[in-house]
Amino acid sequence: MALSGLEIFKLLPKTNCKECGVPTCMAFAMKLAQKKADLGECPHASEEARAALGAASKPPIRLVKIGVGARALEVGNETVMFRHEKTFFHQTGLAIRLNASEDEETLVSKIREIENYTVDRVGEQLKADLLFLSQDEAGKDAFLKLIGFAKEHSTKGVILDSRDRESLTAGLEILKADRPAVFLSGDVSDGDFELAKNRSVSLIITGESFESLESRVEKAKKAGIEDLILNLKAPDLGRQFQNNTILRRSALKKNYEPFGYPLLTMVEAENGPDRMAKASVGLCKYASIIVLPRYDKALLYTLFALRQNIFTDPQKPIQVEPKLYSIGDPTPESPVFLTTNFSLTFFLVSGEIENSGTSAHLVVCDCEGQSVLTAWAAGKFTGETIAKFIREIKLEEQVKTRRLIIPGFVSQISGDLEEKLPGWEILVGCQEAADIPSFVKSVSIA
Amino acid sequence: MGFEIPIEKNSGKIAEVTIGATSEQGGTRSNTITIGGSTALPFLFFEGEHPNRPALAMEVFDKVPAKYPEALLDYYRDVIDKPADMAKKCVEQYGAELISVRLDETHPEKGDRSADEAADVVRQVLDSVKVPLIITGHSHYEKINVVMKKVCEVTAGENCLINYVETDNYKTIAAACMAYNHSIVAQSPIDVNMAKQLNILLSDMNFPSEKIVIDPLTGALGYGLEYTYSIMERIRNDGLAGDSMLAFPMIINPGYESSRVKEVRVTEEEYPDWGDMELRSAYWETATAMSLLSAGSELIVMYHPKAMETVKKHVDELYSAESGN
Repeated sequence: MALSGLEIFKLLPKTNCKECGVPTCMAFAMKLAQKKADLGECPHASEEARAALGAASKPPIRLVKIGVGARALEVGNETVMFRHEKTFFHQTGLAIRLNASEDEETLVSKIREIENYTVDRVGEQLKADLLFLSQDEAGKDAFLKLIGFAKEHSTKGVILDSRDRESLTAGLEILKADRPAVFLSGDVSDGDFELAKNRSVSLIITGESFESLESRVEKAKKAGIEDLILNLKAPDLGRQFQNNTILRRSALKKNYEPFGYPLLTMVEAENGPDRMAKASVGLCKYASIIVLPRYDKALLYTLFALRQNIFTDPQKPIQVEPKLYSIGDPTPESPVFLTTNFSLTFFLVSGEIENSGTSAHLVVCDCEGQSVLTAWAAGKFTGETIAKFIREIKLEEQVKTRRLIIPGFVSQISGDLEEKLPGWEILVGCQEAADIPSFVKSVSIA
Repeated sequence: MGFEIPIEKNSGKIAEVTIGATSEQGGTRSNTITIGGSTALPFLFFEGEHPNRPALAMEVFDKVPAKYPEALLDYYRDVIDKPADMAKKCVEQYGAELISVRLDETHPEKGDRSADEAADVVRQVLDSVKVPLIITGHSHYEKINVVMKKVCEVTAGENCLINYVETDNYKTIAAACMAYNHSIVAQSPIDVNMAKQLNILLSDMNFPSEKIVIDPLTGALGYGLEYTYSIMERIRNDGLAGDSMLAFPMIINPGYESSRVKEVRVTEEEYPDWGDMELRSAYWETATAMSLLSAGSELIVMYHPKAMETVKKHVDELYSAESGN
């Protein structure tokens, strides 16, 4: 937890020696608090001061990595309880469970299918992040085969789930360059920590209660293992919701070190909708990794959308790509609407045009993701910028219509726009997207 | 140092709102539904009370919506144009605890049905089911004022939840609610200050605070859900911190909003990466409802029977922590 300038000052020598380049220790403390200076610049700082400041600058939730290369997953390093306070930094990693007891052919085809599954949403390529490889009832050979398949056919990070140390040691040997994680259900001992020593391996520590989780984390830390992920078992969704909140709050508000790690949530349910409900709540309430029991495209796609929503930086609006969009099945004679590239504006406008039953062209201007009025006020949605954009996308070559419907909130730019776009008639539309269907009915728009 | 659960106590309490009235209370409902009353953030039983479970409503229509999704029609084909029968099906088969009657056909640009016709529909539903009713209108001020006045009158004593008023149009409907003893939904466009302002305007009219439900405006998953989610968390945090003008239960519409998005109406053949449409349409509504439940909603209007069943089951699971530990 960050220290205030005054708290730091108490730890400094208070000699005002100026050797750090700042006139007084107080001023230096203030700079430290603002992270504009480094304690190393003070030659007389005590060990105690170094320790205290070092601890204070440590993130309250550790950043943990699984996998390597471009597809490595980083989780943790969160700083707030609510996304509106700042943002959630590292989106939830989605893992899919594969059991070594399944037949080899099925496993290979599943791994390949999961590997190839990427889908575009609002300009982002979305995918599952991890494979959760479970030894299940199978023997060592089957488990190692499964690990081998994952190594061969997948670039995703891997979590190994087994309590057989021999299988794990051999498995980790296969994955020694791949920074996997090991899922440890139940109690842990030094033998488990040996697995992670001298290897780039994170350990997922399970607890049945806050107390058992804490004592296992302490053991791991004592053994020198720092890359931990926490799995606090809960008998039901209610307890899971509370547990995750308590763990996150302890880490952030109390700086409680044993719980300063990312959280993993297992989704176990009989049917798809139940899995959807549990995964949704897990994703909103602090699970950094969610393990799904099976591969289900509809569920993954829905979760991708939720993850995008929850992990969007609330201070930065999501933008859609500025370009000419087709709504429905427009012909060159179909009406042409205009709006900005703020994602919410785009979704509302395109959705309501679709609801109106009319096929149309939608010109989405580059306004740095601002909404209509904000963009207009900032000078990013003016006759000049719009006309320039319309020329850039060569609109006149793509449509025969010469009538442009502009948002009702910027009726004041219609004169200017008509001047800048010779040959076009500007029609002022409605203010609210919800009124588009009635607008379309009441006016001859094409 | 041993671990201690970090408790955060709140000074505020969310208002308790009761919808419906039994015969002893001057209505004809078999039971009432009470929502709100929480003294902590959603489902945190270790630091406060949540005396009432979030309630689950389903919606019926004065006319089949023009773009009603195929995936839903499979469940309702036999009753979709018979609001009284559809209400019965929702209550008896799908477990709806309240019924919302949506009166879109009274909009001048849709069917322009009269207030009397709307009142008829509401009365049919009242006769057909015994659960409390929500009456849902639209944003054509002039017309909806006339319609809601009439509906408030013919349902006098039933303590319906009249859905909705907004800052630019609240006086007529709020007055009718007060005259005929109904509760009200105060809708504001995803904005904490506007939500608060409307509640202040209502309380300036002496509208009873135990009869107000906030609608923060639902954005479906993928269509602005993040705004709704965060506005709800902010409203709830402020309400619990003691801002009495924000300490009201919240209603959300995952059914209506999800039913309008492309993701519930295109097939897997058209969009292979999106997976099975039947499942997806249930998932979309479930994810919208469950995430907004986590953010604090107390009254949820659902469409999809499978999503309804799932959300109900998980509200119960979320309440399993009620018994302590």
